Amino acid sequence: MSTNLSKPAAGASGGAADLSEDTACVEGTNTEGATNIEGTADREGVARVEGAADREGATMTGAQAVIASLEAEGVELVFGYPGGQAIRMYDALYDSVRITHVLARHEQGAVHEADGYARATGKVGVVMVTSGPGATNTVTGIATAYMDSVPLVVITGQVPRAVIGTDAFQESDIVGITMPVVKHSYLLQSTEELTRTFHEAFHIAKTGRPGPVLIDVPSDLAAEDMVFHYPTAINLPSYRPTYKGNAKQVRQAAERIRRAQRPVLYVGGGAIISNAADELRELAELVQIPVVSTLMGKGAFPASHELSLGPIGMHGSKYGNMALTESDLVIACGVRFSDRVTGRLSGFAPRAQLIHIDIDPAEIGKVRDPEIPIVGDLKGILAAIVTDLRKQGFEPSTGPWVCQVSEWRERWPLYHPGLGDDPAQIVPEVVMRRLSEKLDPYSSIVVTEVGQHQMWAAQNIMREVPRSFLSSGGLGTMGFGFPAAIGAAFGCPDKTVVCVAGDGSLQMNSQEMATAAINRVPVKVLVMDNRCLGMVCQWQKLFYQGRYAHTLLSDIPDFVKLAQAYEWDAEGVSSPDQLDAALDRMLAAPGPYLLNVRIARDQNVYPMVAPGAAIDNSFGEIDVEEGAVRVARCEQEAIGGAR
Amino acid sequence: MRHVLSVLVENKPGVLSRVTGLISRRGFNIESLTVGPTEDATMSRVTAIVSADELAYEQITKQLHKLISVHKISDLTNDAAIERELVLFKVCAAPDRRGEIIEIANVFRAKIVDVGGSSLTIEATGDENKLRGMEDLFRAYGIKEIIRTGKIAMSRNSKEA
Ligand SMILES: Cc1ncc(C[n+]2csc(CCOP(=O)(O)OP(=O)(O)O)c2C)c(N)n1
Ligand SMILES: [Mg+2]
Repeated sequence: MSTNLSKPAAGASGGAADLSEDTACVEGTNTEGATNIEGTADREGVARVEGAADREGATMTGAQAVIASLEAEGVELVFGYPGGQAIRMYDALYDSVRITHVLARHEQGAVHEADGYARATGKVGVVMVTSGPGATNTVTGIATAYMDSVPLVVITGQVPRAVIGTDAFQESDIVGITMPVVKHSYLLQSTEELTRTFHEAFHIAKTGRPGPVLIDVPSDLAAEDMVFHYPTAINLPSYRPTYKGNAKQVRQAAERIRRAQRPVLYVGGGAIISNAADELRELAELVQIPVVSTLMGKGAFPASHELSLGPIGMHGSKYGNMALTESDLVIACGVRFSDRVTGRLSGFAPRAQLIHIDIDPAEIGKVRDPEIPIVGDLKGILAAIVTDLRKQGFEPSTGPWVCQVSEWRERWPLYHPGLGDDPAQIVPEVVMRRLSEKLDPYSSIVVTEVGQHQMWAAQNIMREVPRSFLSSGGLGTMGFGFPAAIGAAFGCPDKTVVCVAGDGSLQMNSQEMATAAINRVPVKVLVMDNRCLGMVCQWQKLFYQGRYAHTLLSDIPDFVKLAQAYEWDAEGVSSPDQLDAALDRMLAAPGPYLLNVRIARDQNVYPMVAPGAAIDNSFGEIDVEEGAVRVARCEQEAIGGAR
Repeated sequence: MRHVLSVLVENKPGVLSRVTGLISRRGFNIESLTVGPTEDATMSRVTAIVSADELAYEQITKQLHKLISVHKISDLTNDAAIERELVLFKVCAAPDRRGEIIEIANVFRAKIVDVGGSSLTIEATGDENKLRGMEDLFRAYGIKEIIRTGKIAMSRNSKEA
């Protein structure tokens, strides 16, 4: 591990860090990690911020009020990157004993870190950056969080009010730029509205359908004196999310479920946000309803459960997709009918009636009109449905359907041990299965990047509990996974956090290796190294006659050396017999660790539903009746079929 | 289908662009747009006319409802709503034809607001039918310029819209 991590005596110079020291030490001492508590205490003449309560009525600068507001919201971690227009807020943050700041190495990394922290813990992720380029660098991170409904508060420094609109140095209209990808945003106009704005921002970010909220803070306002009063109430008449489901619709839903012969629970990220795992399981078990899950819903229902049908959609299980196709009732729980899930719309659950439960009324009927819509919080609504069913007495009648689905699952499994037979090369699905077996599902979090490796992970890594599988579902952001894993590790220090990365994706935010090293975040990065942008290659192979236009990467960089340059431990494996021991070493390592697994370049993710096809029309599934080989209904056929 | 949307929003900078951005982002053209303060100084009213099929229209209004700055949305399309627009016509008018044009303007209870050597400027308010009728008649004389304010609308019933 890094020698830079041995921290010198805190507060060595009574306030000003000695810049002649190794800069990494300076940073490690005074702004990162727990030592800043001592650092602050040692500094003379600096009022210790004890939290918001004792700041009530105190006079302070706008910048200090920003930090006091964060403390009042219970914020413990801020991910960010300073700069000229944020320097006053950073100066105030320097005094906080409650808030630890994590210095990312790129603002995009900071936002994904806060996002991973939020997904893993359910708390609001907080980001602080400077104006101009600092602010624009957050855009992809904000858009990623928006698409997946992740609560963030992003604080951006802004040029002084007097020069806004003059193209001042490092001015960018970040409120304008991010408007389509935030739940709400503020450009602070005066210190009077500062504390109310922060209180509202946190409230909006985490309630209803969560999402990112941006607060743009002009730097002159941060310098102004003000009296600190933190509001206790929220006054937002235009924002009142519906939580309780309509009683009549709940009754209708229960009634319809009672009559269902072939019901399916279609579960998404909303089930995790709503904390509805217990209620979901109760309903599934009571009525005996098979459960399919979107990428975002993975973990909401235990993978080991006999009613679990795993992932659905473009690379979903054949049995999950077939269950939807044959179903007579789909109970959609916190999902948004993504095109990656539905395939051709007319072919999605064509024989089913639909109950759609979501807290966001705009999701209901957006893609498909439900017979029974219910707006509200999934947890309470599922509980109410279960209560209704129990009250009237209920005997499951879905036995034949559950048997049928189990038969499909046995015939077309997502995985078969036979896949591991190749002695010459490491098979991607095998890597994922081995990793899955070695992880305790209750004390581990798997985070993915975006590409083939993401789909292999989703198909083969078993998850039992919510918030244990994090992936960029809606935006599909390469570069999300690694920083998000760092953020998750910050939020859940008692859990093993593994990032399953692609060699392409990892290069989008590999600078965050420094963040992990300096903060000793024991994140594990497993690189599925196929030396190509595999997912795009797969499409080129299937639909573009194998014309690999700019998708072949190379052996550069050497990821092991790259990690070592950041003082990580790292190793690479390329033959199947090395894999098990290497995974063990990775998981046993005390600090950050990179394992590069060389896999073949030409592997495809199967099964696959061609874009525009119905989801029961997949190819490449394993068929046990055909000797458990992948029924590549041949790639040629796919080329002919889709183009 | 043409929809008249009346949106009550917070009277704050940037709110109009939140509303219009949301509509245009989903691929709809705004045919007419007016904004103005209301009886409550903290609120503004946006009146927008958009063409969208029922499904798309429902999605627009649901998404608009999600904006924190939006307080209320009324659809004044099918409502027996009062719709008004103010238009200025600059009509070619040689001295010998002025009389006819003034007569037309009077029929529509429009006002002559400026008289030039070769043109008359007429101010008219009304609903779409009336204004279109006037425009058609003035075309015969030649129209140099038309400026319209965009529509405002209010529901007829006493209920607050
Ligand atoms: C930021 C970004 N740019 C481009 C893409 C398009 N894209 C989707 S998957 C993929 C390839 C990912 O390559 P890699 O990380 O190596 O994963 P693999 O598919 O090889 O497992 C690309 C380029 C994306 N999703 N995100
Ligand atoms: Mg790759």
